[in-house]
Amino acid sequence: MEDSVDRIAEPWGGRTPYSRHGAWPTRVDTHLAEGVTEDEVQRWVQSASILHSDGDAMDIAVKDGRMVGVRGRAVDRVNRGRLGPKDLFAWQANASPDRLTRPLIRQDGRLVETDWPTAMDRVVARSRELLEERGPGSIGFYTTGQLFLEEYYTLAVLARAGIGTNHLDGNTRLCTSTAAEALKESFGCDGQPGSYDDIDHADVIALFGHNLAETQPVQWMRVLDRLEGADPPRLVCVDPRPTRVARRATVHLAPRPGTNVALLNALLHETIRHDRVDHEYIEAHTVGFEELAARVKDCTAEWAAAICDVPARLIVEAAEVLGGADRLLSTVLQGVYQSHQATAAAVQINNLHLIRGMLGRPGAGVLQMNGQPTAQNTRECGANGDLPGFRNWENDEHVADLARVWNVEPATIPHYAPPTHAMQMFRYAEQGSIRMLWISGTNPAVSLPELSRIRSILSGERLFVVVQDLFLTETAQLADVVLPAATWGEKTGTFTNADRTVHLSDKAVEPPGEARPDLDIFLDYAARMDFRDKDGGPLIPWRDPESAFDAWKRCSAGRPCDYTGLSYGLLRGGSGVQWPCTEDDPSGTPRLYTDGISWAHPDRCEAYGKDLVTGASSGVVEYRSLNPDGKAMLKAAEFMPLHEAPSEEYPFQLTTGRTVYHFHTRTKTGRTPQLNAAAPDVWVEISEADAAARDLAEGDLVEVGSPRGSLRGRLRVTGLRRGTLFVPFHYGYWDTPAGFGPNASVPGRAANETTVTDWDAASKQPLFKTAAATLTLVEKGSGRHSPAPTTTASEPGRDSGVPATEGGPDARVRQTTDDGSSQEGGRQ
Amino acid sequence: MNGIRLTLRVLHHGERHLAEELLTVADRHSTEHEVHHVAKDLAGWSREHVERLAVTGRAYGLELDESPAQPSPGLLTLMRQKAAQAVGHRPEPGLLLLRDLRDLHLDAAENSLSWEMLAQVAQASKDTRLLELASSCHPQTLRQMRWTNTMIKNISPQLLTSL
Ligand code: SF4
Repeated sequence: MEDSVDRIAEPWGGRTPYSRHGAWPTRVDTHLAEGVTEDEVQRWVQSASILHSDGDAMDIAVKDGRMVGVRGRAVDRVNRGRLGPKDLFAWQANASPDRLTRPLIRQDGRLVETDWPTAMDRVVARSRELLEERGPGSIGFYTTGQLFLEEYYTLAVLARAGIGTNHLDGNTRLCTSTAAEALKESFGCDGQPGSYDDIDHADVIALFGHNLAETQPVQWMRVLDRLEGADPPRLVCVDPRPTRVARRATVHLAPRPGTNVALLNALLHETIRHDRVDHEYIEAHTVGFEELAARVKDCTAEWAAAICDVPARLIVEAAEVLGGADRLLSTVLQGVYQSHQATAAAVQINNLHLIRGMLGRPGAGVLQMNGQPTAQNTRECGANGDLPGFRNWENDEHVADLARVWNVEPATIPHYAPPTHAMQMFRYAEQGSIRMLWISGTNPAVSLPELSRIRSILSGERLFVVVQDLFLTETAQLADVVLPAATWGEKTGTFTNADRTVHLSDKAVEPPGEARPDLDIFLDYAARMDFRDKDGGPLIPWRDPESAFDAWKRCSAGRPCDYTGLSYGLLRGGSGVQWPCTEDDPSGTPRLYTDGISWAHPDRCEAYGKDLVTGASSGVVEYRSLNPDGKAMLKAAEFMPLHEAPSEEYPFQLTTGRTVYHFHTRTKTGRTPQLNAAAPDVWVEISEADAAARDLAEGDLVEVGSPRGSLRGRLRVTGLRRGTLFVPFHYGYWDTPAGFGPNASVPGRAANETTVTDWDAASKQPLFKTAAATLTLVEKGSGRHSPAPTTTASEPGRDSGVPATEGGPDARVRQTTDDGSSQEGGRQ
Repeated sequence: MNGIRLTLRVLHHGERHLAEELLTVADRHSTEHEVHHVAKDLAGWSREHVERLAVTGRAYGLELDESPAQPSPGLLTLMRQKAAQAVGHRPEPGLLLLRDLRDLHLDAAENSLSWEMLAQVAQASKDTRLLELASSCHPQTLRQMRWTNTMIKNISPQLLTSL
């Protein structure tokens, strides 16, 4: 069957219902540029999405050397041909006329065009100077969650063994560091235990702070298809907003932001009190149950209800649904990770699964999700504040092993302290101990908290800023050197989604002008810096993506994220494969921990753990005594009061987040006509009760203020919980006359003008969900509407008169739902 | 009995002092965001210890102040914050931070030893109430020490090599 759907008006497209334990039917989504027909497409080039962490497999349509569309890959188990709205439309941004095509350098205060040798010489000269005068600790690298594996790995080698700096992190710090930390705390090692396929088998799916419908729309389609089929799952949703997930949930809990630990402790309390626990599993595979049980003994539903401001009855009901599950799948994202006590809360979700024995079987799994598409690769490759291959920086054997792979002395690799996290790097830059910051593929001038502070750090005289990106972002406007980068579709490489599935993305078209793949830029820098190994050979001998991939395979060998069975050949033409994947087992590994816990042994674990409240590290002696046999660790945590609670002066709790039509700092989605039209500007969500109490209505222009700054937006009245405001984050200034920040004529627009500089002590992930804020009316709406979409969690109340969000003819997408055999292939 | 009273008094004084110092350090280093926030959290533990020591002390004929000492409030706090912001851009405060963390560590270590002594005398005199108090508070003191230790370990390489 074939039909065409406006995928802005209907972001999740048509339904293909299926029953529990059944196979998710194929539905191939195709979108081609206006006027291009399928037969005119000259080549279909294999790729996958880099606009969220699903890793939707797709083919890029090429005609006359240009991208002209995309089509989902029916053969892939992650999406079975489906694409989300961002996947379908955002490829158009690649061809934006304002792409950077030549390097820029700052001269007399202005950025001027130059050639590559001049720009690179400047970067190299500054690096050399700093190395000589101030040592490797004066240079830092801040990368993204949107490059490819080969690029992160190369960056990790050049930063850690070439420069010898401890300062390398990704903006995945903002997205996924809590996921990684929570997995290390519970299982001794990073690595997603579950698989997206668990959605097919679960009878209960619990979404903790995870607006799946908007952040991973394709997996939400999968849930929707199950909800329409036989034996549908029951959903438990924890979210202060009335998301689409919440609307479909059996139980929706909308706790006060920042109280997740209290809520989860109550859920654990109920589970243990009713003895809905798997004693055999606990005995065989875990340590710490007694302490956990003791810690949650007094955490009754009534106790939590008072803290979380949700009815105790609902907490009990949620616990019953969770406790009665035969196969429980939990998914976790920013509502937990970017909130108060992030790691402590995420770990309690692992605990729930461990005590219920809900791991390692189809449908019984935990998905500690990622925000960014290639976040998983920053974690594996050591570009996010870990050593490559999940090696433990505190374990000398692991460091020596890495030194062997790189053929350097172990002392070359900094391991006297944990790799510096992003927020600390900015602090060091503020203090002046970091003097050069190389920012690749990310836009901290919009995405970090307390933007006025970040702008002042980036524009400071002392700091030499290199920015490598596609566009003149807010951050690039403050740089000393800007390097034009090629992106997805213009370069080849691999990347891994949140459920460990590795995809190959081939080059489809040439990058514009002199833009170069990030890998080439890093390799060029390494060559110019003349980094050597301990025998005098080049530290980085690889030259192209495939040889970089082979180098990474050697580094991953024998590690949990073993890639040795993978190759470009295997991935090309085929479909995604989940690591670990070895030569003996080239089909990959759907689920970890099917046979108990495998990487927590003191000699093998990636980390010895941290205090969940203070972030203090535990050390090997303590780890060994608590967990000599390497079982999973049940770690309890006490609820701690919020650092910034609402007050008389700042009565609201401000929470921020991503929505279905925009991604990252809108560098691509803001340049995509369909997506931009659907959500063109920032808005402010408020609850009906709060709006009524203040005589505010849809479309009123308001100012949200915090001790750090303020922003203005039009109001949308929704079913949000009382006392809370929601602002979509990552609206910046590049598409305003202001440039890189607010000015006299352009008021604050970015949510992060207001957010607090505070982070989870264990994972170092910044808190974007719990600032205290004021709300003031600037101007009545008088018939105007807020630019918020009506199709998502920002849906207005009935009778609001807000016109429905639509995409029109340009947003129509062909959906093919026959057996799909004619759609298969997608070979070049 | 005298020994118990003495130990309780010393602990009460030590925990009060630590609470105060933690809050002072939190203020002084308001631009070191992690230190600022975590130190405040940890001060909460010491304040709770002070309260519990005061309540327990009554049974031993001690009159200990239940309210935790407040760090010099108002103007001074404000001045400290301003000073922190003003020097926030220079490396020397790094040295001050290391010194402050070291002092906090030593204060917590002193308290830890006192808790140890209290637990010992409680065992010797089969005083379950005291033993319970010590075993519920002492772990938090150890966590305070581990935190200062970790912070010093993590930031001193950068702060000391960049001088
Ligand atoms: S939108 Fe921002 S926080 Fe969310 S996943 Fe992307 S980079 Fe991370």
